[in-house]
Amino acid sequence: MYIRIKAADINNTQVKKIEELSGQNIFDCYQCGNCSSGCPVVDYMDISPNQAMRLAQYGRIEEVLSSEMIWICSTCLQCSSRCPKGIDVAKVMEAFRTINLRNGIGVVNPKQLGITETKDIPPILLICAMRKMTG
Amino acid sequence: MKKIGVFVCHCGVNIKDTVDVEKLTEQLAIYPGVTYIENYMFMCSDPGQNMIKKAIKEKKLDGIVVAACSPTLHESTFQNAVEEIGLNKYQLEVANIREQCSWVHNNIQEATRKADLIIKTAIEKLKLNESLKPVSAPLTKRVMVIGGGIAGIQAALDIADGGYEVVLVEKKPSIGGHMIQLSETFPTLDCSQCILTPKMVQLGKNKKVTLYVNSEVESIDGFMGNFKIKIKRKPQYVDPDICTMCGDCTDVCPVVVHSEYDEGLSWRRAIYVPFPQAIPASFTIDTENCLGFEPIACGECKKVCQAEAINYDVKTEFFEEEIGAVIIATGFDLYPVENIAEYGYGKYPDVLNGLQFERILSATGPTGGEMLRPSDGKVPKEIVFIQCSGSRDPERHKSYCSRICCMYTLKHAKLYKHKVHDGQPYIFYIDIRSGGKRYEEFIQQAVSEEGIVYIRGKVAKVYKKGDKMIVHGMDTLTGKKVEIEADLVVLAQSIVPSEGVEKLIKTLKLSSDDSGFLMEAHPKLRPLESLQSGFYLAGAAQGPKDIPDSVSQASGAAAKILALMSKDEIQHEPIIAVVDENMCSGCGICIGTCPYGARILDENKVAIVNDILCEGCGACISACPSGAAQQKNLTDDQINNMIRVILS
Amino acid sequence: MKLPYYPGCTLKANARHFEKSAIQAMEKLDFQLVEMKDWVCCGTVFSMTSDDLMLQLASVRNLLRAEKQNLKELIVLCSMCYNTLKRANDFIVKDKGNLEKVNNFMYKENLTYSGKIEIYHLLSILKDRIGFSVIAEKVKKKLSALKIGAYYGCLLVRPEELAIDNFEDPSIFEDLISTLGGESLDFAYKLECCGAYQTVTKKDVSVKRVYEILNSARESGCEAIVTSCPLCAYNLDFLQKDVEEEYLDFNRIPVFYFTELMAVALGCGWDKNWSSLHFTDPEPLLREKGLI
Ligand SMILES: Cc1cc2nc3c(=O)[nH]c(=O)nc-3n(C[C@H](O)[C@H](O)[C@H](O)COP(=O)(O)OP(=O)(O)OC[C@H]3O[C@@H](n4cnc5c(N)ncnc54)[C@H](O)[C@@H]3O)c2cc1C
Ligand code: SF4
Ligand code: SF4
Ligand code: SF4
Ligand code: SF4
Ligand code: SF4
Ligand code: SF4
Repeated sequence: MYIRIKAADINNTQVKKIEELSGQNIFDCYQCGNCSSGCPVVDYMDISPNQAMRLAQYGRIEEVLSSEMIWICSTCLQCSSRCPKGIDVAKVMEAFRTINLRNGIGVVNPKQLGITETKDIPPILLICAMRKMTG
Repeated sequence: MKKIGVFVCHCGVNIKDTVDVEKLTEQLAIYPGVTYIENYMFMCSDPGQNMIKKAIKEKKLDGIVVAACSPTLHESTFQNAVEEIGLNKYQLEVANIREQCSWVHNNIQEATRKADLIIKTAIEKLKLNESLKPVSAPLTKRVMVIGGGIAGIQAALDIADGGYEVVLVEKKPSIGGHMIQLSETFPTLDCSQCILTPKMVQLGKNKKVTLYVNSEVESIDGFMGNFKIKIKRKPQYVDPDICTMCGDCTDVCPVVVHSEYDEGLSWRRAIYVPFPQAIPASFTIDTENCLGFEPIACGECKKVCQAEAINYDVKTEFFEEEIGAVIIATGFDLYPVENIAEYGYGKYPDVLNGLQFERILSATGPTGGEMLRPSDGKVPKEIVFIQCSGSRDPERHKSYCSRICCMYTLKHAKLYKHKVHDGQPYIFYIDIRSGGKRYEEFIQQAVSEEGIVYIRGKVAKVYKKGDKMIVHGMDTLTGKKVEIEADLVVLAQSIVPSEGVEKLIKTLKLSSDDSGFLMEAHPKLRPLESLQSGFYLAGAAQGPKDIPDSVSQASGAAAKILALMSKDEIQHEPIIAVVDENMCSGCGICIGTCPYGARILDENKVAIVNDILCEGCGACISACPSGAAQQKNLTDDQINNMIRVILS
Repeated sequence: MKLPYYPGCTLKANARHFEKSAIQAMEKLDFQLVEMKDWVCCGTVFSMTSDDLMLQLASVRNLLRAEKQNLKELIVLCSMCYNTLKRANDFIVKDKGNLEKVNNFMYKENLTYSGKIEIYHLLSILKDRIGFSVIAEKVKKKLSALKIGAYYGCLLVRPEELAIDNFEDPSIFEDLISTLGGESLDFAYKLECCGAYQTVTKKDVSVKRVYEILNSARESGCEAIVTSCPLCAYNLDFLQKDVEEEYLDFNRIPVFYFTELMAVALGCGWDKNWSSLHFTDPEPLLREKGLI
């Protein structure tokens, strides 16, 4: 419940990386919350999409990278379609995931998926999950 | 040769930091024609102006160049100064070395070189300047106001009060604008109709005011001080002077359509009065919905009208008015929220816009002032207001803040609480804008004492479930998603320019901003005037405004016009086109080229310029194949000399 | 007339009935869906990072092979494949550099992709090329009395650039249902995500989504749901088992592919084998309504 805001953090290299990967300007966000109110899975998230945007504006990328929300986002694009500032929020979420995935951090480990869990699941679903969440 | 004085301004550091003024002074002192040169920190200051005057007197100067900021800012300052000392003001030139030089460059050497050239071109132009006298034109002391909302009404009353005649053109069957639809008004909660109708009556009775309702401006001719404006009046078919307002006609009319006044929440007939206090007080036939006057089609209303006020033979009429100046007060409309499909407006009867909610609150509204929702007539116990709906959304809707909706939304919540004591209002907002006098206090009081709950976040979706409207929002303060089962939802839609105003803007050749509102001459210093001379702006036509601001702007525009009307004639810039009769071949090309109709061919087939109409735009001069036309103080010789300096 | 089409993996596995019914129904409309040769998986869900060309390769490979086979367009049935192929196409076509890089990488294909393949969803073809009025004339068994909720999910309408209809207020699906003589009912969650791949990691997330979506449809009076995405179909249909355990007020509701309903309405009848590919068997409902 405490943030020390420092000039050096704002627009630090990690923020730039997120902007580069997503192609979005993080500072366009004016915190209207529309991304979160339309997000179908926000009730399962530890921080909401608009809070992730805010933390990014403070340069606190690590905090978002270690959150659960980026893995709960199901890339439905509802946030992107309604953001009044035209931010493709889902792309920002993807950028967070991507940084983790490229560092080998993911939440789906194909080796650990049991047969019973995957027996009836259609290929489309398994491949989706692995593409988005296997590091 | 002219004895020219050059005065180089530092503008504090604005010019001096980028342009080497000392070096400039040294270089220009030896330029042919320059008799005297000085530089100073602020030329526009009193000491600066005195420096010029003193030099004119002592050095017998007959031409002055001030190298400073853009002439739009201080040309008149310096013109007045030289005239005080007896020099014709057209012997003064301003060389713009700030906006066009120091502000846009940072290399001192290059900027100094450019400033040097700019000043030299001004000197070259000045060398051939003639002393001119302004052109005088007569002034028609009659004013037109377009739009009869509160802004138009206030402006018309002020001008009539000042003793001049006013012509008010309103496109609807009655004046009153949106204010007549409002219930009570923030921040004092006085009844909107109670404070507006006295003004409407005053206007209707005022001998100096000619009212055209059902009317629009068709075309315009002339120029500031002397416009000829054609008005098109649609027939009303009921003579307001005879109609006794008995209402017999309405009773027999078989056509039922949505009422505009009640924003579609109630019904009216094809022959109707827009609202009880309408001015002029008369019935009107709405031809779009009327079945037809032929007895086979209908014609019922005429049969029952005992006063014989109904006349089906009236045709669309055209009137021409001679006008000196025009005020545009065409107001606003609401952004159609059908465009925001996720809020379900137009799909669910219990999603309303702000004006519809005003009608429900109003004692003259469809529910007689009782708080009942449209779908089933039940009292809504929980009600959600959504601010910024369509505003502040550059991506899909309007990028600007509509300025008044924060306030009227709170007013709505408050008035709702006054009617439903155990009801719960929620207001979704992103920011609250309450900059007006006593506005913030109005909000604070409501939050602390009236139980109105503000939720910070934008609503994503509204849908119907059973008889409830489900609202999905976000509370960005707790970071939690919010769901509310509401009985009624009210959207604070963006304020947009009134429908059809772009056509008027085109007819009058005015300018609008990128959102379609009328453009003021200067956002800070000339907010009441249009860029085009003779046109003034008032009310929400210029941008979203509440009543106090609309009235202030209207009275301000009226005061500007009264100042104009107090003159005997208007003065017109003499920088206009002249034709050398001997060179003109009579080809007539210039006549079609002039956008102001200032050119004609005389009986000898020589083109002449109407000094009053010519705006000095130069179009005819560049079009003339014979080189017969020249612009005063901007002749070909002057331009050639200026170019030569730059290329040297 | 022949229409080249791209099936995608799931239409060869769990969604065989989607493909079969589509082929049958299209035949009734005098169109032959011709499967493109040598296709590979589209890669599923589109990768949205600006620098990730790797993840576009699977899609582009299909486009390139389509070009090799002299095709001008690909008709897609699965919403996910449609979304992924179309976005991948846009992504590389918009940026010449990307196109070049991808082509260089796939040098073994012996052809460079020019970027000219057009991707269409079958629904768009039905509406724009064949025309709903033409289809209406060919309906043999009107789906009258069947109250259907059209579920779009995410992939047919988002992002806006590739939406097959107005992205906030689409009606193409409903229009098709009316064309087939059915009654389409609006419901609030028709554009909401079904939970997608969360089913693999956080099943409870998808279970709640499915409950909310189906419940919203039920409350609006729907007796069945229609979709065009095998992923949605799986979640919406097969998760009903879990929804039932979690939410006691829940009632099962059949989930159709739109092509199954087309097949029934156009007179192809109902293939028994299709029932076994559903979790909630739609057959009883169709029987009850006298449609089979
Ligand atoms: C829901 C709502 C609640 C509000 N509540 C308050 C409040 O409590 N307090 C407050 O201070 N303000 C309030 N306002 C703002 C207030 O309504 C405006 O400030 C005011 O109406 C502006 O007056 P106007 O004359 O500029 O424009 P309008 O009221 O829009 O009047 C313009 C007039 O011009 C006419 N017109 C338009 N185009 C033409 C044309 N081409 N030719 C001829 N005539 C034309 C129109 O028919 C209309 O009669 C509220 C606004 C809304 C939407
Ligand atoms: S919708 Fe856009 S502007 Fe609003 S909080 Fe989300 S990212 Fe920021
Ligand atoms: S894309 Fe992710 S963050 Fe955005 S609304 Fe969908 S689930 Fe939520
Ligand atoms: S004349 Fe212009 S440039 Fe000079 S001091 Fe005044 S404002 Fe500045
Ligand atoms: S003539 Fe027109 S206005 Fe008169 S009663 Fe008939 S429909 Fe109504
Ligand atoms: S005035 Fe308030 S409600 Fe209206 S657009 Fe501005 S911030 Fe939003
Ligand atoms: S264009 Fe020139 S030559 Fe021709 S009529 Fe006009 S002034 Fe005379």
